[in-house]
Amino acid sequence: MKKRILALFLAVGVLSGLLGGCQEATPTDPIPSDTNGTSTQAPQKPAEIAVGIAQDLDDSLDPYHMTAAGTREVMFNVFEGLVKPDSRGNLVPAVAESYAISPDGLTYTFPLREGVTFHNGKECTFEDVLYSFQTCAADSVNSTVVAALSNVADISEGEGGVVITLTAPDPDFLSMAASVYIIPKDGTDQAAHPVGTGPFRFVSRSIQENVILERFDGYYGAKPALERVTYRIFEDGNALFTALNSGALDLVAHLTVDQVESLTNGYQVLEGTMNLVQAMYLNHAEAPFDSELVRQALCYAVDVDAMLALTADGHGTKVGSSMYPAFGKYFDPALADRYPHDVEKAKSLLAEAGYPDGFSFTLTVPSNYDPHVDTATVLVEQLKEVGVDAKLELVEWNTWLEDVYAGRNFQATLVGFDASTLTASAMLARWVTDNGKNMINYANPDYDSAYAAAQDPSHTEEEQTAYYKECLDILSRTAANVYLQDLADFVAVAPNLKGYEFYPLYVMDMSLLFFE
Amino acid sequence: MKSLLKKCAALIITLFLVSALAFLAFSLIPADPATSLLGSEATPEAKAALRAELGLDRPLLVRYWEWLTGFLRGDLGNSYLYRMGVGEMLAGKLTVTALLTAESFLFTLLLALPLGILAGSVKNPWLDAACTVLDQAAMSVPPFFLGILACYVLGYGLRLFVPGAYVSPEEDLWGCLGYLVFPALSIAIPRAAMAVKLLRSSILTELGRDYVRTARSRGASERDILLRQVLRNAILPVITFLAVSLAEIMTMSILIEQVFSIPGVGRLLLSSISNRDYPVVLAIVTLLSAWIVAVNFLADLLTRLADPRVRLG
Amino acid sequence: MGKRTNLFLLLGGGLTALMVGLALLGTFWTPYSPTAMGAGEKFAPPSLAHLLGTDNFGRDVFSRVLQGMGASLLIAACVVAIGCLAGTLVGCLCGYFGGPADYLLTRLCDAVTAFPSVLLALVIVSLAGRGTAQIVVALGILFIPSFARLVRGETARHRQANYIQSARLMGVSHGRILTAHILPNLWGVLGPGVVIGFNNAVLSEASMSFLGLGVQPPFPSLGSMLSDSQTYLQRAPWYALSAGMAIALLILGFSLLAEGLQRRRRA
Repeated sequence: MKKRILALFLAVGVLSGLLGGCQEATPTDPIPSDTNGTSTQAPQKPAEIAVGIAQDLDDSLDPYHMTAAGTREVMFNVFEGLVKPDSRGNLVPAVAESYAISPDGLTYTFPLREGVTFHNGKECTFEDVLYSFQTCAADSVNSTVVAALSNVADISEGEGGVVITLTAPDPDFLSMAASVYIIPKDGTDQAAHPVGTGPFRFVSRSIQENVILERFDGYYGAKPALERVTYRIFEDGNALFTALNSGALDLVAHLTVDQVESLTNGYQVLEGTMNLVQAMYLNHAEAPFDSELVRQALCYAVDVDAMLALTADGHGTKVGSSMYPAFGKYFDPALADRYPHDVEKAKSLLAEAGYPDGFSFTLTVPSNYDPHVDTATVLVEQLKEVGVDAKLELVEWNTWLEDVYAGRNFQATLVGFDASTLTASAMLARWVTDNGKNMINYANPDYDSAYAAAQDPSHTEEEQTAYYKECLDILSRTAANVYLQDLADFVAVAPNLKGYEFYPLYVMDMSLLFFE
Repeated sequence: MKSLLKKCAALIITLFLVSALAFLAFSLIPADPATSLLGSEATPEAKAALRAELGLDRPLLVRYWEWLTGFLRGDLGNSYLYRMGVGEMLAGKLTVTALLTAESFLFTLLLALPLGILAGSVKNPWLDAACTVLDQAAMSVPPFFLGILACYVLGYGLRLFVPGAYVSPEEDLWGCLGYLVFPALSIAIPRAAMAVKLLRSSILTELGRDYVRTARSRGASERDILLRQVLRNAILPVITFLAVSLAEIMTMSILIEQVFSIPGVGRLLLSSISNRDYPVVLAIVTLLSAWIVAVNFLADLLTRLADPRVRLG
Repeated sequence: MGKRTNLFLLLGGGLTALMVGLALLGTFWTPYSPTAMGAGEKFAPPSLAHLLGTDNFGRDVFSRVLQGMGASLLIAACVVAIGCLAGTLVGCLCGYFGGPADYLLTRLCDAVTAFPSVLLALVIVSLAGRGTAQIVVALGILFIPSFARLVRGETARHRQANYIQSARLMGVSHGRILTAHILPNLWGVLGPGVVIGFNNAVLSEASMSFLGLGVQPPFPSLGSMLSDSQTYLQRAPWYALSAGMAIALLILGFSLLAEGLQRRRRA
């Protein structure tokens, strides 16, 4: 059926420079500094491309109402905040010319860039920025951003731009500010005809067929080489692959290794990661997963390397806790080796926990994303070896959201979590005992105190990092979940199309692409 | 005339039942549109507000009544997801599906009539048996499997078309019809095989009748008898079958649209169901059912024209 | 004519017997476990070790096809049973008694026929979850109207017959007339109807599984195998061909059998 790429908890956000390392496209190519030449150099090929995407932009296009990760991935090219992320995970000035933070962490100054115009031709002013922050705070469907904006005491004009004062320091505020897209205050119908300041302007969308963007010639920054980008929608993964392989598309991201290896059209294949933590999440409120021994037994029973070999020919990065490699500062690859595959050990742990003959449970998996279903299929087979009978239950995405995520009515589920803002707290806050999003009902006082210490502003950055790492170690030690991997993300690109870069976010930056 | 009126009444009651069933179904399905619209990060207050805005907090019967009266006035409501009129949304999709249906029907006709006549005039019993087995085999291949085979053999192997390179009819009508050739054939071949079978047995029945013997004794050529006299009678049940086929073809196109990634009504229906976009689903279900019911009505009418002895009702 | 009748019955019966036999075999024994995976053996082409090759998890396609056929046939049998029993009941009562209840039930049958089958299946699946039992119920409901219509017409025809009228005059109860006189006369139409029903049920099950609504992984089903195999069409064409051909052969067997039965009845 329909395959909607879901990156859970949509990466609204942006990084705050915390990230240590970010992956890049493997064959990297220099980005042309002067792109005017590229479009004239290649007269045989018009500077327009067709990109295949796996889901329709079927939610609102209003920047504060977008919910689907796939919609954000496209609209990243249309909207910008005061600052925006680059492919290395740094925040760079966008609508603002620069930014400055006062030593007490309460005042943020953003001088506005000269000559920034909206796609409707109007110039961007302080009034527009004020309107954008107010509308976002009142309207956004993202409760994290709304909560962060409720901390804003005042927005005033000054220092050639915008001065924002907070009531309490918030180390994540800059990344939150990046997700407040700047829109014109008299912009009428953002939901259907979005207007922003980005390098591409929205032209049209045709339901379940395509979305068309065109280069915005009034863009203040380097002009993109591509004149026109048509996103063609294939809600069926097989149809998407068929179209890609037949050459009807120039670029498709989020392919699986099997698809990539089935490609016969000579496209370049780039490999990155999806930036999520795929795990079998266990409901600690349900027997037998209330037992740490049982959870550890499952960790020993699962052979992640074999699973990767089966589902992705060994591609993908093993993770041992709730953190993925793009967070270089916190990610510890050693945690992935805590529970090596050991059937005997798993059996003895199960016996010790009082399940010498194993047990059976239901593994609920949303049906719309094949890689999770494939992984679950392999795990079910692996768990048989230790006498654990997992019954796979596929559910629709909306049912999963209501029953499993919101209702916590499940035994085990297999999904991927990503960070809503690329901060450690975005990955770790949810496992605090009384957190509203603590889907697995994890309750560990050590974890709670380590997390509280990490959040305490009186600690130095090194101390904070150490506490976050301790949180990760506790999750791993107590086998909070059966941690699996950060999925490999494959992108197929037409042979003469260059410049693709992976972001540590769920976006595709069209402004970097050019034909050779 | 009276029976015709009765038929019409039955038609309307059926449609009413279909829409009521569809409406009831949605009230039973768990997970509501607000969740699907606002995503995982929304607050319960925001969801409640959206439900109120969409009118989902009101009783089922009230909503049904409003929808029904709106529908009768030609107002299909607004899509929850796209926030646009359902009628406007459907217009483009219906064109595509209608084109696919029309093209499939055309191919069914073009294949079924000559092949059926040929099959009906085969004299050699072994050849006839072989034809029938072949025909049965063509009937047995599911259209979606035929579609996959077409993509593989004709698309990748012989490069006759580019699977997935769909063009919308607004852009290029002929290009669109060209792309629809193979999807349409995938639907048409099993259908045509059924029609061939029917036509063959119908021709054989007619050939055994007295008037054929009379014609033969008068020295008319076999060819003349077959094409001038037999066919006129033999084709009536086939026409009825073809009319019913129009309904079946429409249903099959849901699967075929999936295989060839054609953005028609079928795909919109599937995605609207999983997105809980009920106004769209209701409109499609009711329109599809109306089509099926109307076509069956037409088939009944044709049957009656063909054979006045058949009682309707 | 007799010779040809034998041919269809023979071909159809033989093919059906072969496929059913293989499916039965598959429920008790398969060369490999249908869910056993092997990373080293992904996409192995057909060979003596793997008659139909292996799939994207290195699972033996032949074993999966065998078990998938078993699942398809079991589902088809249940669906036809539901459709036939409920349809006969509805059809008999409607055809025999007539009246406004008949009218309404007939309209309801029309409505179910006109209701897109995918939607009904989706509704049931959304309510009760995905699975084999759910798809049986959904398809079973969809199969009621065709049997009901068949039986209703036949019952109505018999009701007018003289022997029923005279039995009625002799004071035989309605129940007795239905069970003793009308039911036995229905076998003539029900026989081919059941075979065609099997044919349609296999196709419908495959369509539903193709859309992901039928048998759930890791258990094999012909429709879901066909859907999965689409991605690997160029790399492992044997995967799609095996699943697709199994569906086509199952259906062909039943349709030849139905043809044979109909010809024998006519002859």
